[in-house]
Amino acid sequence: MALDVRARASAPIPLDIAFRVEPGELLALVGPSGSGKSTMLRTIAGLWTPTEARVMVNGETWLDTATGLDRAPHRRRVGIVVQSYALFPHMTALANVVSGMGHRPAREREEQARRLLALVHLDGLEERKPAELSGGQQQRVAVARALAREPAALLLDEPFSAVDRATRERLYDEIRALRAHLAMPTVLVTHDIAEARLLADRMVVIEHGRVVRSGETGTVLLDPAVMRSMGLREVSSILPAAIEAQEEDGLTRLATPAGPIWLPRVEGGTGDRVSVRVLAHEVIVALGRPEGLSALNALPATVREVTAGEGPGAVVSLDIGGCAMLARVTRRSARQLDLRPGTACFAVFKAMAVARGDIQPAKS
Amino acid sequence: MDWTALWLSLQLAAWTVVILLPVSVFAGRALAYRRFRMKGLVEALVMLPLVLPPTVFGFYLLVAFGANSPIGQFWREAFGGQLVFSFEGLVVASVIFNLPFAIMPAQRGFEAIPVEVREAAQCCGMSSWRSLLKVELPLAWPGLVTAMVLTFAHTLGEFGIVLMIGGSIPGETKTIAIAIYDRVQAFDDSSAAIMSAVLLAISLATITIAFWLSARVGRRLS
Repeated sequence: MALDVRARASAPIPLDIAFRVEPGELLALVGPSGSGKSTMLRTIAGLWTPTEARVMVNGETWLDTATGLDRAPHRRRVGIVVQSYALFPHMTALANVVSGMGHRPAREREEQARRLLALVHLDGLEERKPAELSGGQQQRVAVARALAREPAALLLDEPFSAVDRATRERLYDEIRALRAHLAMPTVLVTHDIAEARLLADRMVVIEHGRVVRSGETGTVLLDPAVMRSMGLREVSSILPAAIEAQEEDGLTRLATPAGPIWLPRVEGGTGDRVSVRVLAHEVIVALGRPEGLSALNALPATVREVTAGEGPGAVVSLDIGGCAMLARVTRRSARQLDLRPGTACFAVFKAMAVARGDIQPAKS
Repeated sequence: MDWTALWLSLQLAAWTVVILLPVSVFAGRALAYRRFRMKGLVEALVMLPLVLPPTVFGFYLLVAFGANSPIGQFWREAFGGQLVFSFEGLVVASVIFNLPFAIMPAQRGFEAIPVEVREAAQCCGMSSWRSLLKVELPLAWPGLVTAMVLTFAHTLGEFGIVLMIGGSIPGETKTIAIAIYDRVQAFDDSSAAIMSAVLLAISLATITIAFWLSARVGRRLS
């Protein structure tokens, strides 16, 4: 049931990428624009054919340039959601979804389409045309239409980039909830590392048409090579935490593997597990527990690794109670504090340095 | 008022539209989506009737359709009769000189469909035919209607080529445009005036419809 892709080409961009996605798994292809990630999706869907490629889904071969086999796009069972959604503007939401159901008997189509629209919470809007729907609603119609095909592979090409931030957060939740219903391999193309972290099980980082790194989402993100290609501003780590108490002054105390931290009000009950994203440039490294400092959070840590960048900066990878936390410091600080693997220290960050959007319910 | 001539013109225009409709769909679609070598040349050939003087065009068609030409001989063997100075010949000539009017608006109509939408149709499992019927025609139809209206109106008014190919045989090749010229030559100004007014009214109506529809294409897809 897995999706197996290998592609090589020299034009329009040099490309040499291979990956495999298991059924029910969500793989994120992450990389800057022009890195070749969308091209990979188009190869899977049959909308583009590289010089050398093989696409296998479910043990079926969709494309094999070695044998000349190339199944037409409409004969490949893919569901695809693109950035612009590409809904049929002259059809209602319902008709859009029905149009992906050519493989089903005609009398079943409408009922199934209604069920799919209900699944993406669009019941009641079946008769609206795309122009009468908001961006987020259009995206859901596109998702329902992609699922209508009962695809052997689901392809999501930057599906969240055309909506505002608040809508995006809601759609993330929706996709996460939807995943319980999805048994097929899913590939998400994104340039947003936070999005990949939130939604994907594994990620493949692509740069200039090549795989820089691939593996479990958490592991890949700690890789300095990946950090560089993603942009240092985005470098961050995820701290698993559980709500311990809602305190009177509006702060929430959370338990982490390295001790308690305080953050501005986190909604939820005691014991609720959350993932807290801490940006590496918000973390200070101190050799002793800091005194007389306004920052509330100081967690005991051990230096795992110091990676000097090309400029004046360095990324310090810290072990805090078995979890990884990243801190961006200057190379000068790293030298003055003599940070090296094994150095005992504290990771310090302000409660206010964690944005509301960086706290998410933990992935089950 | 020469009703026979008007009826002949309407028949000629109708046949031209019937024959050119499928041509405009397939040629317009191919020119809109495909990239191939010599595409520029093909487009230039389609456009040629727009810039060539009708008498020049008519002269070449007359030579090509003549009884001793390969096309003329083929026609006689296949259908009997001859192409020049006959209604059939007028239809063939009319189809050729209306190619730019039939194909270009259709091509614009298909070009206005975003490529992602066409790809979505494929990824929804639609074959090329199904995509044409369910997605492309419903989106491109104003372009096609514009094409057919322009073809119809242009055929009604064509003079030079009709005269070169068909002469002025009443009931066979004497269209309304020829009949008007004929009446003017005979100093029958009142008949010419009535027929001119009828032709003006029909042309104005068709062009108005064409512009109204092409405005709709833009609105539908924006």
